[in-house]
Amino acid sequence: MPKVAPELQYSDEHEWVSRGDGNSVSVGISEVATDALGDIVYVDLPEVGSTVTAGETCGEVESTKSVSDLYSPVTGEVTEINDAVVSDPALINNDPYGAGWLFKVTAESEGPLLSAEEYASKNGGDLS
Amino acid sequence: MTENYTALYEEHKKLGASFTDFGGWQMPLKYSSELAEHHAVRKTSGLFDLSHMGEAWVTGPEAAAFLDYALVGKISAMAVGKAKYSLICQEDGGIIDDLITYRRPSHQEGTDKFLVVPNAGNAKVVASALLERAAGFDVVVEDASAETSLIAVQGPLAEAILLRLVPAEQHALVTDLKYYAAVEVPFTFDGGTQDLLLARTGYTGEDGFEIFVANDSAAALWQAIANAAEEGELTPAGLAARDSLRLEAGMPLYGNELSRQGNPFAAGLGPVVALSKEGDFVGKEALAALKAGGAGSTSGRKLVGLKGLGRRAGRGHYPVLKDGAVVGEVTSGQPSPTLGYPVALAYVDVEHSELGTALDIDLRGKSEPFEVVALPFYKRQR
Repeated sequence: MPKVAPELQYSDEHEWVSRGDGNSVSVGISEVATDALGDIVYVDLPEVGSTVTAGETCGEVESTKSVSDLYSPVTGEVTEINDAVVSDPALINNDPYGAGWLFKVTAESEGPLLSAEEYASKNGGDLS
Repeated sequence: MTENYTALYEEHKKLGASFTDFGGWQMPLKYSSELAEHHAVRKTSGLFDLSHMGEAWVTGPEAAAFLDYALVGKISAMAVGKAKYSLICQEDGGIIDDLITYRRPSHQEGTDKFLVVPNAGNAKVVASALLERAAGFDVVVEDASAETSLIAVQGPLAEAILLRLVPAEQHALVTDLKYYAAVEVPFTFDGGTQDLLLARTGYTGEDGFEIFVANDSAAALWQAIANAAEEGELTPAGLAARDSLRLEAGMPLYGNELSRQGNPFAAGLGPVVALSKEGDFVGKEALAALKAGGAGSTSGRKLVGLKGLGRRAGRGHYPVLKDGAVVGEVTSGQPSPTLGYPVALAYVDVEHSELGTALDIDLRGKSEPFEVVALPFYKRQR
């Protein structure tokens, strides 16, 4: 069963949100998503300085088997992207909640987010 | 569609497989990482459950003549012990399925015996087409798909691993077996010995074997093969790896590259069609007309290999473009795990099918550069 990190919040499209200092949030995709996608071989992230909108696509995640849109769970300006996952997308499979983070946003607002418990029960994830 | 389970379903569950529906069967898509499974087959070996494939036995005094009529190849010319890749076509030349036919020794004088292996989703259609075409021939067609399991061991270590289950004095049966040939080999497993049909065939581009076994012995054989392998020598591999392996090897998949709407010449399978064989066969007239009309060479579309110059992969049904105009469609595509760049099979207008032609694939609105390259994409070192 895919792991769901208990300290994070989640969107219905399987992105996770981690709160940092002030309005800064980090965004990644859950292990539910990485398990379903299979081995990720390419990731297209929003550009630093661009604005992303909650619920709208902001990139793509491509695995050996499929391509999926990346939806931003929050609205705001992108301040940083994880260059490590661009050059080595396998990091997203190996450590989706850690080294596989995707981008950081100064959030003005956020879309509907689920607690880890809600997300886990909805998607059959493992909270422990 | 009814859900079918192979006799190895419990083995896959024990191994933690993720399942997918394929041709009405619940099949392992992958056990852990499809990339790791793919690389294992190229470098060591992989263990596959192919029990979803069909098996139809064709026996009788006119079995060879019947298969010459029912299939597009010259089956009667096969020697006993050999295997042959062929097609079963409709009257209009459309492809019902691609299949492998094995000629087996017949123990009854004046009778020939063949095993026909169609794809999972087509097993029933092929069996009924064979039955229908058998009218007027002295032949018996038996669909043994429901009782028969098929296990494949593919990769450079496949032979060495299987030999551990075969008595030493019989090893030459395996080591002398040529590509596209089959032989009955005694396998020791589950506290006994069984003669099983072993074929040196596969769908991965590697050396490898396929073993036909009765359902009630399939799990024991699967476990025996797994136990015969040392740590790191053999990896269970699912359909995801099977698909990426066959794509690198440039092998067509029914439903992607082959269909009732397509024809053998466009698919690059012209040489499989024996137009000059004696007598009539189903689809002959239409296929002769297609060939005379230059199908796949001077008219229509042709199946080609495309190599991605960027990092993005083309996927099934994505349009292929030349200077912005649609000139074809991708049938299969993904990043090649072995080669490290995207590969795709696509039907393109024959005038854009020359090797080296620069084409684009429309990746959901973004054009990505590709180049027509020779097939297969990957060829193993011998």
